[in-house]
Amino acid sequence: MTVRSDVSLSRPRSKLQLALGREANLGDLAFRRITALFAGAMIVLLVWMAVEMAMASKLSFAAFGLGFITSTDWDPVREQFGGLPFVFGTIVSSLVALLIAVPISLGIAIYLSELAHPRLRTPMGFLVELLAAVPSVVYGLWGVFALAPWLRETVEPLLAKTLGFLPFFQGPQRGFGMLAGGIILAIMITPTISSVSREVMRAVPAALREGAIGLGATRWEVVRVAVLPYAKSGLVGATILGLGRALGETMAITMVIGNRAEISASLFAPSYTMASVIANEFTEATGQLYLSALAEVGLLLFAVTVVLNIFARLLVWRVGKLPEGGQL
Amino acid sequence: MNLGSATYWRRHLIDRVVRWLCVLGTLVALVPLASVLYYVVVRGVGGLNLEFFTELPKPVGESGGGMGNAVVGTLKLVGLACLFGIPPGILAGVYLAEFGHSQFARLVRFSADVMSGVPSITVGLFVYSLVVVTTKHFSALAGGIALAILMLPMVTRTTEELLKLVPESLREAALGLGVPKWRATLRIMLRTAAPGIAVGIMLAVARVAGETAPLLFTAFNNRFWSSGVDEPTASLSVNIYTNAVSPYEDWHRQAWAAALVLLLTVLVLNVSARFLVRNRVRVR
Repeated sequence: MTVRSDVSLSRPRSKLQLALGREANLGDLAFRRITALFAGAMIVLLVWMAVEMAMASKLSFAAFGLGFITSTDWDPVREQFGGLPFVFGTIVSSLVALLIAVPISLGIAIYLSELAHPRLRTPMGFLVELLAAVPSVVYGLWGVFALAPWLRETVEPLLAKTLGFLPFFQGPQRGFGMLAGGIILAIMITPTISSVSREVMRAVPAALREGAIGLGATRWEVVRVAVLPYAKSGLVGATILGLGRALGETMAITMVIGNRAEISASLFAPSYTMASVIANEFTEATGQLYLSALAEVGLLLFAVTVVLNIFARLLVWRVGKLPEGGQL
Repeated sequence: MNLGSATYWRRHLIDRVVRWLCVLGTLVALVPLASVLYYVVVRGVGGLNLEFFTELPKPVGESGGGMGNAVVGTLKLVGLACLFGIPPGILAGVYLAEFGHSQFARLVRFSADVMSGVPSITVGLFVYSLVVVTTKHFSALAGGIALAILMLPMVTRTTEELLKLVPESLREAALGLGVPKWRATLRIMLRTAAPGIAVGIMLAVARVAGETAPLLFTAFNNRFWSSGVDEPTASLSVNIYTNAVSPYEDWHRQAWAAALVLLLTVLVLNVSARFLVRNRVRVR
């Protein structure tokens, strides 16, 4: 066996050495280049998706311009396309979802990272994560046959009776509508928000907790004065990641939200989201302008979720202890 | 500290209340999981028999029939997704683990993270205009590519995380024996991390197996058997959707049976992944 002298463990070789090196280095060079190619493909793919969808929506953009997002007129027959009802439906259903999911997720994260018996943490955490494993379409099926009837017969009459003076809880009770959509989204984003929040809370230095305990704080006070302030930006990031997921969620919400391009204050009323209109109408769309308008809705959705994701990840990283982009 | 003071009792009361609220929140979150499992099992088990896996769907009005084509279709689509998604994902992950300190690598990592947050329906749109428009028809191939794009970031990040867990001393030992760096990476590092990566891939498969939105206008659907990868292909997930929104009682029954099959697959993959490795591997 020959002894190689070109292997150095401590000092990285310079680019020139790498390029001019002997056989082994050539292999290393090729290895590096090839893997880099596939890594780079990730960036290319992301940019490509944006470009492809921008191209596809050119026609619609030329026809409606910026008015596309302010017009409520969605009429395929007259070839008039305005996306506002979908933007409204997407935003409101996601906000309803956040309103329900954020307090619950924070409770889960606090329970799992600070309060639960160490033996319970892993199994309970696993169960919460199983919520994320259930396919969206199965939630949708459950929503159609279990959630919507329950809302129609129990929850919505109750809400109308107690809070019916508010405009949000008026009108016919169908079960299918904004409320059902918001609830099903809340179920689906809870595991995301709670597991990221949990990671963020885990990154809070133990010394902070110990300091608070040393001052005689109760468990909740430890959380309130030591954990939450330190984790704040990460928790906001977790919420925004959940929001990103809610905005892009398609199947489950399509099946329960009622799919009508209307803007209504009532949570009982049917609505329509950006993802739903694409899922429902894309294969049936006739005419280039119709397809292009749907593609523009897709582009809008893509842009919003990418921006939110970037923002959320920056916030989560700021908490520090997490490896860059680690374990979200 | 004055144990009898009102402040003391108030603080401890608040503590107690908040702690119970946290437990309550956790339990409330688990109610839908229990309810979904209950409904899917109770309603799905009736429609589950050998016919379900071997027969084609019957036309409206005739009872019986199955979803054999959708079972095969889902397997085909997931197989294609693995074929296109896993090798590039692993190579990209190797790059990030081995040469991950450059600005370029940081951008790749960032892109992978952002891509895992892209709505799956937009991936469907992308593949539609890329593959379906070009080939002029829906196909299993297009569906497989769409699912592969969803798998790619998961595989990449799992590979990276797990390669980083392999002790550096293994590499040093290999290099000390005169093995070139690239072979040390492939034969020693990657092989050591392989079981963990396999589990990560299992979780990625579990996730894409239930995906519906990206298949709607790539693989589309098919009431019949499809041969090869060049025809519209049925899948369990798309069939659950179309059956659920249909007005036919028989179709609903089939949808629940399909949901049971899908859910069992996903749960088995998730639970066994949990038990296969102690190291926490998660699909992102």
